[in-house]
Amino acid sequence: MINKPSPHALQELLPPLTVNEAITESARCIMCFDAPCTHACPTHIDIPKFIKKISTGNLLGSARTILESNLLGATCARVCPVQELCEGACVLGSEHKPIAIGRLQRHAMDNLKGNKIDIFHPANSTGKKVAVVGAGPAGLSCAGELAKLGHSVTLYEKRELGGGLSTYGIIVLREPIEVALTEVAMIQRLGVRIEIGKEIGIDPTVADLQENFHAVFIAIGLGHTRALEIPGEEYVLDGLEYIERSKLEPSQLRVGRNVIVIGAGNTAIDCATLARRLGAERVTMIYRRTEKEMTAYPHEYDFVKREGVTFRFLVQPTKVHHENGGVKALECVRMTLGDPDCSGRPFPKPVPGATMLLRADQIVKAIGQNKTSLISTLNLKTEGGFIHINSDFETSSPGIFAGGDCIRARGSASTVMAVQDGKLAARSIHQRLVNHG
Amino acid sequence: MADLSVNFSGIRSPNPFWLASAPPTNSGAQIHRAFENGWGGAVWKTIGAPVLNVSNRYGAWRYGNEKMLAINNVELISDRPIEVNLREISDVKRAWPDRAVVVSAMVESKPVAWHDVIRRIQDTGADGIELNYGCPHGMSERGMGSAVGQVPEYCEQITRWVMDVAKIPVIVKLTPNISDIVMPARAAVAAGANALSLINTVNSIIGVDLETLEITPSIGGRGGHGGYAGPAVKPIALNMLAALGRDSIVRGSGLPISGMGGISTWRDAAEFLLLGASSLQVCTAVMHYGFRVVEDLCDGLSNWMDEKGFATIPQVVGRSLHHVTDFKDFDLSFKAIARIDQDKCIRCELCYVACNDSAHQCIDLFDKHGIASPPTAYDQSSNGKLEAISTRPTVVVREEDCVGCRLCFNVCPVENCIHMLQVPSGRPSVTWEELTQKQPEVAEDWKQMERYRKKMGIQIH
Repeated sequence: MINKPSPHALQELLPPLTVNEAITESARCIMCFDAPCTHACPTHIDIPKFIKKISTGNLLGSARTILESNLLGATCARVCPVQELCEGACVLGSEHKPIAIGRLQRHAMDNLKGNKIDIFHPANSTGKKVAVVGAGPAGLSCAGELAKLGHSVTLYEKRELGGGLSTYGIIVLREPIEVALTEVAMIQRLGVRIEIGKEIGIDPTVADLQENFHAVFIAIGLGHTRALEIPGEEYVLDGLEYIERSKLEPSQLRVGRNVIVIGAGNTAIDCATLARRLGAERVTMIYRRTEKEMTAYPHEYDFVKREGVTFRFLVQPTKVHHENGGVKALECVRMTLGDPDCSGRPFPKPVPGATMLLRADQIVKAIGQNKTSLISTLNLKTEGGFIHINSDFETSSPGIFAGGDCIRARGSASTVMAVQDGKLAARSIHQRLVNHG
Repeated sequence: MADLSVNFSGIRSPNPFWLASAPPTNSGAQIHRAFENGWGGAVWKTIGAPVLNVSNRYGAWRYGNEKMLAINNVELISDRPIEVNLREISDVKRAWPDRAVVVSAMVESKPVAWHDVIRRIQDTGADGIELNYGCPHGMSERGMGSAVGQVPEYCEQITRWVMDVAKIPVIVKLTPNISDIVMPARAAVAAGANALSLINTVNSIIGVDLETLEITPSIGGRGGHGGYAGPAVKPIALNMLAALGRDSIVRGSGLPISGMGGISTWRDAAEFLLLGASSLQVCTAVMHYGFRVVEDLCDGLSNWMDEKGFATIPQVVGRSLHHVTDFKDFDLSFKAIARIDQDKCIRCELCYVACNDSAHQCIDLFDKHGIASPPTAYDQSSNGKLEAISTRPTVVVREEDCVGCRLCFNVCPVENCIHMLQVPSGRPSVTWEELTQKQPEVAEDWKQMERYRKKMGIQIH
């Protein structure tokens, strides 16, 4: 029915650096003092230090430098928006090309994986028990940091696999699933017990955790993709599920010939990329605002255009047309930009009567995730639907800490921010347990 | 357009660039090709005593992205039969009458051996002879090469034997593996040599293999010292060249000097000319990139000469020698300070850390409000390129404390970003020599020195 995709369609986009490339690139780094790349990195990896170590052939030391600041260095090397972070701050960027920091980090981390070396070992047991809820980047980071410090950590995860969005929600073109699972295994080797199939609020309850543990860290991320609330929505695929299937059961993923992706964030771009790579002849992304307001990173927008994806701006879906269980078209209305809304972006308003019918045989929505409904069951103070925390990452309930996307009331959610939350929360928890034990 | 031709002690060539006696001049076929590429001359790879070579004879020092900052070798003189070399020399000279064909020689330290090789070289029609007193490896163990060059008396004796029979110009090539380069040069002058050349390779071990713990390169598990050449040795060569130019006996003799040692670009070439070389020899740059490098050597040198108003090579030769002096003749009242061009600064802070850790702690960091800002002053929750760039401190020299050491200037990765600005010191001009002649106590007693400093307003940081 559709063009047969190339066997390399879902290969990691950037090939690994060869040894020679890594040495040449690392030697280009001028070793800024108190470097801006390190400042720009949310986990503040000492980037010139790890790059220098690559150039001297000390790959083990390089990996250690990365992991000391960021236990999920292998994931971050692939999924970080480096153009907005470290590489965007590189002093060579103004006149030359910034150092390929992400790819160098991947080089150091891949070497470690190949050598099967454990960099860290747990400290002597403190006798303290901590529960971590959610095995995504924030949970893994927190659990790993606490285990390093000698605490006994149990990590509860409702899904079958750990890794959170790294495992389920990032297309393999950016991060192969093994990378995330290798990190989960590393955290487990630090002594963290992972209990899968456990959903907080049901089993265990918050009360169970408070009773059995000295501290709790909640990192439950976000909920399902938002609803479009239009007729025929049941025929629209969920973007995150679309990506998940491409990772876990690629043979089961059906891709249309003429695909519409609703939304213009980074997940929407990933869905559109997948569809194109897996054989869709035409992929159109539709967005109710304009390219100025879209939340995708500029480099992602450029990338997906080169993948052959087309855009329609100022268009909002109103109805899905279907026939015999299959999608036929998406009815939309033309929009115009009005006054700024609470996000500061101009609020789009429909143009009366300006409807159109966009043909499609598959529609995928990626318009952002809801806050998880779990939050309301936890009896914690919230802030715009997110868990409220203080500067120590502690919630309104003493001893319960939280981090990751579930607290991200401000700023953009990202893996690296979640890792930093987990790390800082672990420090707070450690302080609390050591000082007030 | 500048005239690049040279007349080096009667040896003429259309440009000053000669291939040095080394692997690129191993055969007639190579030199034919070199001349086709535009080389002005070639010094034939040393002929003389019979030898055998080994594999893994070249080692290289890689530094950063520079693959061959220097090369080290244990290759001996030509391992091809002397008759073959002599025949090819004759063929090359016949084919290229306008190019300089010089033949390097090294034989046992016996008059008859030297007389014989000199006569045979002259029979080829070659333009000149270079006496190899320099190779620091292999041949020196047999009493040749640097074993001669390191002993001025041997140097003089052998040169005399050569001059007894020489009918074409004789160049004595000096080894840098000696405490004072002037001594063997004076010996050559005394023996009546027609010209000098320097430097031969510097004795060296290139490294140790951290895997096998063997010397690099490993010759079947063994290794040893070899001759070091390439860009890294250029400063050593320039110093020795200037030392000859400043010696009254060598300079007074009027012998021309063929300069070599790390010449890779026309800029290097111009520097050698300015310090007194009147022909130039190149090896490592050719071993790295091939004969084609001569094109930019000539083109760049010619353009620079035009820009500077030099019409001929002799107008350039030695033009910078009068700037070379000893420390005792430097003006102690000269004062310079570093100034950073904030528009060009990329805020890498390499000058800051260099000054702070290794110099005089006189570069400060300021935030955008002009308030002193210590390193890593940002909040741990701060991130992203905009915050990192917008909060990057400004790097400013505290000029009243700057001693003008020039370390920051040297580490700055941006062209013309840090300037060493000459400023009036308010002190009368005086050299150390002048000062200590008038006030010898200053050099003998720290208290007197302190008194002098106070009087002159000199602060030590």
